[in-house]
Amino acid sequence: MVVKLVINGKTVNYEGDNKTPLLWVLRDELNLTGTKFGCGIAQCGACTVHVDGVARRSCQLPVSAAQGKEITTIEGLSDDGSHPVQKAWKENAVPQCGYCQSGQMMQAASLLATNAMPSDREIDSAMSGNICRCGTYPRIKQAIKNAAGEMS
Amino acid sequence: MSIKKSDETRVFDLSRRKFIKAAGVGGVFVVGAQLLTANPGMAIMSGESGIDVKQQANLFVGLAADGTVEITCHRSDMGQQIRTAVAQIVADELEADWSRVKINQALGDKKYGDQNTDGSRSIRFNFERLRIAGSSVRHMLAQAAAQKWSVPASECKVINHKITHSSGKSLDFSDVVNLLGSIAVPTKEHIKLKERSEWRYINTGKLSVDIDELLTGKATFGADVRLANTKVAVIARPPVTLGKVKSFDASAAKAVPGVLAVVEMPIPTAPLMFKPLGGIAIVAENTWAAMQGRKALNIIWDDGANASYNSDEYRAMLEEQVRKPGKTIRKEGDVDKGLKESTTRIVAEYYVPHLAHAPMEPPVATARMTAGGVEVWSACQNPQADQGEVARILGLSPDKVKINVTLLGGAFGRKSKPDFSSEAAFLAKSTGHTIRLQWTREDEIQHGFYHTVTAQRLEGGLDKDGKVHAFKHRSAFPTISALFVPGMKTPGVGEMGMGLTDSPVYAPNFQMESGAVAAHVRVGWMRSVNNISHAFAVQSFVGELATAANKDPKDFLLEFIGPARHQDLAKLGKGYHNYDDSLDRYPYDTARLTHVVEEVANMAVWGQKLPKGRGLGIAAHRSFLSYVATVVEVEVDDNGNLTIPKVWMAIDAGTVVNTDTVKNQCQGGAIFGLSCALHAQITAKNGAVEQSNYHDYPVARMNEAPPEVEVHIVESNELPAGVGEPPTPPFAPALCNAIFAATGKRIRTLPIADQLHS
Repeated sequence: MVVKLVINGKTVNYEGDNKTPLLWVLRDELNLTGTKFGCGIAQCGACTVHVDGVARRSCQLPVSAAQGKEITTIEGLSDDGSHPVQKAWKENAVPQCGYCQSGQMMQAASLLATNAMPSDREIDSAMSGNICRCGTYPRIKQAIKNAAGEMS
Repeated sequence: MSIKKSDETRVFDLSRRKFIKAAGVGGVFVVGAQLLTANPGMAIMSGESGIDVKQQANLFVGLAADGTVEITCHRSDMGQQIRTAVAQIVADELEADWSRVKINQALGDKKYGDQNTDGSRSIRFNFERLRIAGSSVRHMLAQAAAQKWSVPASECKVINHKITHSSGKSLDFSDVVNLLGSIAVPTKEHIKLKERSEWRYINTGKLSVDIDELLTGKATFGADVRLANTKVAVIARPPVTLGKVKSFDASAAKAVPGVLAVVEMPIPTAPLMFKPLGGIAIVAENTWAAMQGRKALNIIWDDGANASYNSDEYRAMLEEQVRKPGKTIRKEGDVDKGLKESTTRIVAEYYVPHLAHAPMEPPVATARMTAGGVEVWSACQNPQADQGEVARILGLSPDKVKINVTLLGGAFGRKSKPDFSSEAAFLAKSTGHTIRLQWTREDEIQHGFYHTVTAQRLEGGLDKDGKVHAFKHRSAFPTISALFVPGMKTPGVGEMGMGLTDSPVYAPNFQMESGAVAAHVRVGWMRSVNNISHAFAVQSFVGELATAANKDPKDFLLEFIGPARHQDLAKLGKGYHNYDDSLDRYPYDTARLTHVVEEVANMAVWGQKLPKGRGLGIAAHRSFLSYVATVVEVEVDDNGNLTIPKVWMAIDAGTVVNTDTVKNQCQGGAIFGLSCALHAQITAKNGAVEQSNYHDYPVARMNEAPPEVEVHIVESNELPAGVGEPPTPPFAPALCNAIFAATGKRIRTLPIADQLHS
């Protein structure tokens, strides 16, 4: 069965095992390597993408379930790093190793799309599924507040 | 970062031949080499050979025709942003315009000297030699311009990518690139390093050179290397260390669509060192097929002798051991007599379990056979170790093994062990394919090189004034040395020297003792290593002594550290490693430890009155030659739920290169310490690790982390010391001291887990 995907605005036809998680289609078939593998069981958030605008863990999303959906990856969040979240991340020099930050930014962008001025508690609640082993949480939190300020 | 060939010709590569010649006549590069050879410690530990002095030429700087300064970073970047720091050091001394600097990642090659990005020593080992590298090119640029203008070089100044003559005329670096080949390499007496007041990049908070790639998903981590026709492999490894495959049935695995090959990995023999663990590999068209193939394998394992390893029994054994005298590794006065003389005596036992590194990017490497050799792309901390291990498993000489270093998605010590590069290379050779060898999270948690497990017993005696009269500290833990020497039970000097031997205690009588126990899993170094467990015990015990003395914990901590002095560790000779540096260069200066305690106490407004259920805790520790003090504020509600409103840290790391990176490392180091304290532990049952992923090996998440970690960097002209690791050790004891202040409950066993709920 061919699965039709719309990824970062482009239509892609995937032919293969349709139980394959979207993560591996992105990484292995489409070479969209900005979306990361961290745990494979939706525990760390490194693989977060937007499906119809909502943050989802691509490691647990069979590609068949993404049929016809609008998928956005970090590569499609903006053309040039100009999304308010990316700008706020840069302003706060958030990353250490940076590996989790695609997922963190996708999660944060999804949060801000539905809640323009999240409280600390709401930020914690939205972001606690995304692990940063380097421990950049205080900077992520600050960056989200800055981005919220810019987006509102 | 992009993967590029190292031999691009457009770079004007300062002639190696010339530099070698200069080194031969006692030029500047011998100085650089001496800096290197002063620090062989961990390099020897990881089995590397000696350093070729003649090849320590200026390999760090190149100039492109357009004047771009190309700086080679020979250390691995795993989030400590060494690529940026190296660029800051070289560009500063070279007077390069920051916007015209490009960073190239070095291959693994002994010509760079030590590349083992481990032990918080990239800056310590390289600060001076990189300054010399930059400065020498600055000198040559002035010479080149002088030659072009036919004026004395003394009339030429190099400022911000231009050479200016006293008459006012100036040239861009690009104008003299083609002259540099004829300029002699300066000798030591011609090198003039910049004054501190002239620094433009060192000791500033430059943004990461990789920031834009990191924020747009374009950065190349280990798993992101994309080569033509790459196949993906995963391996089913023996659940028990040194176990092996007894028999297996791969028919179902081979039937999985996309599976190409099933390969038996070689069975390692002791000493394990960094050899792959063996098992059965699945090679497939893509990662998902490889994982499905592995699931379908039917393997019967021969677990071997380590199947006897059970964490509960082992803990009981460790605790029994520290209740009896061990081997005395340091003593002053007569501790037993001192304890008898004391007015108040207390004893406490502490336990810190095995931990796993759990970097967000699990180990991963890509390998491809080349004519007569192999090329590897690896997220590795120590590419020369990868070179050696890959050479060993393929039976090649190391010069036939090319190791490209990608960005590392975290490492924390895990990726200084080259087993995964070796697995990739073995499979590339076995199958003829280009292989990306991917570890899953389960692989990483269950087949790691674990942080050791430690039981400690501390005994203290106070005199009538509540001052420490006697202090005894015993520590027992399996040693990293067992990786290299089968059956080794005696811990290494370096392991004991991380917070046991070099306790800052000021007392007339004290004694430190170590145990001797066998290792049944691979024990390796993890961020901060034994400092985690030793600082936890000592700094918690200082809190307990303060309570016994009825004194303020901060005041008591300062009394415990005592008057300003250099600890007399030199008399231990080879019994103290001082992180492989000399005590003359890096003494254990208690004044600096005291200073960070006072600084952090001021920041946290120590002594402030807090409402019920809230408390402050303090701890301080020297590790990797840096001094860090931490105050943690906690709130514990009636149900035992813990929150951390704020953390304060003061660090004295000597001269620092990137101030913002140091802050980020301190913040992250605190949260790494929180992960060590809160929930995580690795336990073994019948030799196999019981945890498998982040659900049962939980690391700190945002809702558990402090929203703010305020960091003060002590302004210092001292020699640069470590930054990546020192922020972690004081965190857990400061946290547990704060919990005691808030609740009266003393935590002596990590993780805290549900101890506050009982």
